[in-house]
Amino acid sequence: MNSKSLVSIDDISRDEILQLLESARRFEENPNRRLLDGKVVATLFFEPSTRTRLSFETAVNRLGGRVIGFSDASTSSSAKGETLKDTIKMVSNYVDLIVMRHYLEGAARYATEVTDVPVINAGDGANQHPSQTMLDLYSIYKTQGKLEDLTITMVGDLKYGRTVHSLIQAMRYFNPTFHFVACEELRMPDEYKELCDRNGIRYTEHTDFSADVINSSDILYMTRVQRERFTDIMEYEKVKSLYTLRNAMLADAKDNLKVLHPLPRITEIDQDVDDNPKAYYFDQARNGLYARQAIICRALGIEQA
Amino acid sequence: MITIKSETPMNTQKKELAVAALRNGTVIDHIPSTALFKVVKLLGIENVGTHVTIGNNLDSRLMGTKGIIKIADVFFPEETLNRIAIIAPGAVINIIRDFEVVEKRHVELPDEIVGIVKCGNPKCITNNEPMRTRFTVADRQSLTLRCNYCCKEVGSADVQLC
Repeated sequence: MNSKSLVSIDDISRDEILQLLESARRFEENPNRRLLDGKVVATLFFEPSTRTRLSFETAVNRLGGRVIGFSDASTSSSAKGETLKDTIKMVSNYVDLIVMRHYLEGAARYATEVTDVPVINAGDGANQHPSQTMLDLYSIYKTQGKLEDLTITMVGDLKYGRTVHSLIQAMRYFNPTFHFVACEELRMPDEYKELCDRNGIRYTEHTDFSADVINSSDILYMTRVQRERFTDIMEYEKVKSLYTLRNAMLADAKDNLKVLHPLPRITEIDQDVDDNPKAYYFDQARNGLYARQAIICRALGIEQA
Repeated sequence: MITIKSETPMNTQKKELAVAALRNGTVIDHIPSTALFKVVKLLGIENVGTHVTIGNNLDSRLMGTKGIIKIADVFFPEETLNRIAIIAPGAVINIIRDFEVVEKRHVELPDEIVGIVKCGNPKCITNNEPMRTRFTVADRQSLTLRCNYCCKEVGSADVQLC
């Protein structure tokens, strides 16, 4: 495995996280630099994810690199039954870096084992999506001026949502306090509460999305509650409205509070929140560009001048 | 006058007869009854050509019931035997030479288990590519393994073999 690959947020240390954030900050100041001159990057999307792919491809283009790849497995040779190993080995002959998204969990880890080319995981099923975590961290860092000692409230699907799980893993270095707000069916799995316990992280669990919780938060991290998680459709309709954020609910929130969401959102944030200066989810998506530029340069061992 | 023998020696004799003595070979003792046939599969004992004695649901003071496997004239590499620690962590290996136990030891769970355990997650890459599985021991106390690829955990009792 190439040591500069990024498969899971767990692969990088506290110091490396901070270095990536600093790098992202500098890319935000000046995103257009020819640091990847002459480099070719493959974006292999075995499942479609337009948002993530465009963000990575923009990052490469703004750094002067070139992109090859596919946006859907049906247009690749995996549709003919080629193994992932063979696809990765073939592509490795052509490129300096592989960015891959796959519907199977562990696909990116396996890819690192069959090639010497660095691999960036752009999401493997419900497992890991470290560039999303880095852009979340960068958004928190940028809006709060620090990562330490923050109160972060996570709302919605805490059971299946990989973004909230990875964010807990990454924030464990920075003494956070968490509020987990979810219905019984979608509450935070024990595994992540145990991780909090082991790291001395304070957390509380709530089924009510109450004013007290909102008003004590620095970050409100909303997630999408998906219909397919429910066997009872009535239950879904009930839960959906219970965990919807409306503008009026932010009336007494802290001045520094920001609302984050990995997007796409459906109904969990009402449209009337969009014009509130506390709404940060669209800026958050833009931060993905800088976070990914930082991750790409780390993977290629390129230092910013 | 007829002397009636006490039952104890008879029972001991019967018990000894139930599991034949071995001149040379390997005895794997203290296998949980529920894991016995998994151990047989894991060690590929169905392909062994020498005498093999398999006993199951035998009385055990410590375990209630247990399984035992005796394989004549076969000596396994240590790492092969340690594989069974995943499903039979309390198993004891006896190496027999000329009817004497020359070595007795517990199996030891290796840190990484390669190509033995099947990942229970159908969306794991290991269940969809021609590749070997890899598990790391997440917790030795509770015998929990973690898939190196999809990160899902599995307890010893739920382990499925490849």
